[in-house]
Amino acid sequence: MERDPRVCVMGEDVGHYGGSYKVTKGLATKFGDLRVLDTPIAENSFTGMGIGAAMTGLRPVVEGMNMGFLLLAFNQISNNCGMLHYTSGGQFTIPIVIRGPGGVGRQLGAEHSQRLESYFQSIPGIQMVACSTPYNAKGLMKAAIRSENPVILFEHVLLYNLKERIPDEDYICNLEEAEMVRPGEHVTILTYSRMRYHVMQAAKTLVNKGYDPEVIDIRSLKPFDLYTIGNSVKKTHRVLIVEECMRTGGIGASLIAAITENFNDYLDAPIMCLSSQDVPTPYAGTLEEWTVVQPAQIVAAVEQLCQ
Amino acid sequence: SSSKLNLHRRSGTVVAVSDVVKQKKSKSTHSLLITKEEGLELYEDMILGRAFEDMCAQMYYRGKMFGFVHLYNGQEAVSTGFIKLLKQQDSVVSTYRDHVHALSKGVPARAVMSELFGKTTGCCRGQGGSMHMFSREHNLLGGFAFIGEGIPVATGAAFTSKYKREVLKEADCDHVTLAFFGDGTCNNGQFFECLNMAALWKLPIVFVVENNLWAIGMSHLRATSDPQIYKKGPAFGMPGIHVDGMDVLKVREVAKEAIGRARRGEGPTLVECETYRFRGHSLADPDELRDPAEKAHYAARDPITALKKYLIENSLASEADLKAIDKKIDEVVEDAVEFADESPVPSQSQLLENVFADPKGFGIGPDGRYRCEDPKFTEGTAHV
Repeated sequence: MERDPRVCVMGEDVGHYGGSYKVTKGLATKFGDLRVLDTPIAENSFTGMGIGAAMTGLRPVVEGMNMGFLLLAFNQISNNCGMLHYTSGGQFTIPIVIRGPGGVGRQLGAEHSQRLESYFQSIPGIQMVACSTPYNAKGLMKAAIRSENPVILFEHVLLYNLKERIPDEDYICNLEEAEMVRPGEHVTILTYSRMRYHVMQAAKTLVNKGYDPEVIDIRSLKPFDLYTIGNSVKKTHRVLIVEECMRTGGIGASLIAAITENFNDYLDAPIMCLSSQDVPTPYAGTLEEWTVVQPAQIVAAVEQLCQ
Repeated sequence: SSSKLNLHRRSGTVVAVSDVVKQKKSKSTHSLLITKEEGLELYEDMILGRAFEDMCAQMYYRGKMFGFVHLYNGQEAVSTGFIKLLKQQDSVVSTYRDHVHALSKGVPARAVMSELFGKTTGCCRGQGGSMHMFSREHNLLGGFAFIGEGIPVATGAAFTSKYKREVLKEADCDHVTLAFFGDGTCNNGQFFECLNMAALWKLPIVFVVENNLWAIGMSHLRATSDPQIYKKGPAFGMPGIHVDGMDVLKVREVAKEAIGRARRGEGPTLVECETYRFRGHSLADPDELRDPAEKAHYAARDPITALKKYLIENSLASEADLKAIDKKIDEVVEDAVEFADESPVPSQSQLLENVFADPKGFGIGPDGRYRCEDPKFTEGTAHV
């Protein structure tokens, strides 16, 4: 926001309240109420407003207070965000960032526990990235703001408390690249967002058991970084996908298709995909735990894959 | 006190424009609403709109134009009355009934016709079509197929104008945005949400309702609990005005005031134009539900006939002047058709070009190169 006066923020409680997860804390005091705009509760309209502002020269960052609320904005995200550059014959760019906290939290109930990446992935003309560490959160956010394309940045409700030493200076993380978390030889584990941590927890157990998993945080949910992913598949010949999306029509489903299409010859076993159950996330803690993939399941899956 | 404030904000201004017009006329018999120049400009713009749309109907039935085509015949006074008051940098946002808004805003007839024919020379390279007219040069921000979805975009353009003035300190930025939409849209959430935001932040926007009484086959009266749309303005803290949308001079007077308000930073206005479409909702609509008596009533109030009468009766123009314009416009429209006919259809290489402003968005392929670096990409055969 300091670097470019056209960058502005809009969303519910982003200003005076500092954001529902404090992502925009202090910004309104520093940049004023117009640059950090507290909107009324009208997701479709203020997202559309952000799109109109982007078309006319600004670079808005629109926040969905909880990502699930962006379902209200599906009309604008699909029709105007994704399509306008194309239907206008390339005349208008929409350099907008749409972001917010999503994913399954701690007993937040079904509607506050949604994973919209699977719903939005088919929209042509948008890019989707998921951050997972303080380092890539800063890098991806900056890259998304600077991109001329509309980018949806998926943050996770349970990852805001992570602490990490990150550089003070300016840096970006490439929007289209995946992140190598742990190089290995035996199996490729593809994951993103919070599940990265479940995977790394499982990885500790796996290493103790003598396995050498390669863990890749795909980061770019659309488009997939088929180079990093492909190189890994060619090395290990075994793929496990661990995601928080639901099974049906999720990111994992698309990833399986892409890997099968491009790297089928390199696979020694069918691709395994661990996703959340196709259920509305229950409130009860025990049920919620069984909805998402847990480290023990990841360990079991790798063992099965490597047999 | 706060209660006084509430009253003041809620009372709003409801102006019966016919009163204003009558007043102006009686002030002096020599004061007319327009000069000869202005009159001819308005006449030419409306004739262009009418002739263009009539040609569209012809071309559609001859198989040159496809899909859903929504013609504007009868509503010309609204487009001309408002848009001819704008500067180039002001923005217009329309709906699927957007051909004439595009023409009034200055998009060349050739570019619109080509777009309708699906040719590369169309204003959107043939990629938008009838319902998606865009022009960066003329600040036409669409052309939208879903009703209501353009209103937030218009609100955003108005937001940018305010932002430029207050944050970017471009002190002379007084760009105004006009959002055009119909009676059906006024029952849609985005309409109300944007009235609220525009009034809340005093955005330089005018919400122009083209109430032609019908949303395809749904009568406005059957769809709306309180059919007087202009009344909804004061509910959100902005003036709501009702105007005879079949009279370009009345529309223009109201438009001057509303646009002036916005330019001075006084905020938005809701203008309800009572108008009528002489044709069906689209060229696919058999238009069987509307009462012939209703159609006849509005046909008798044809805005072009009305303006012609005004110009001649007030000696602003002669029959010959107007006939010359008719002929000129006929030639413009014929030329547009010829141009569109002779223009090339898009080749396959155009297929993927405008999906992303930055084609890196197609991602990195298995070979490590960005997909868009694949030579097949520009051929339109690349796998993305």
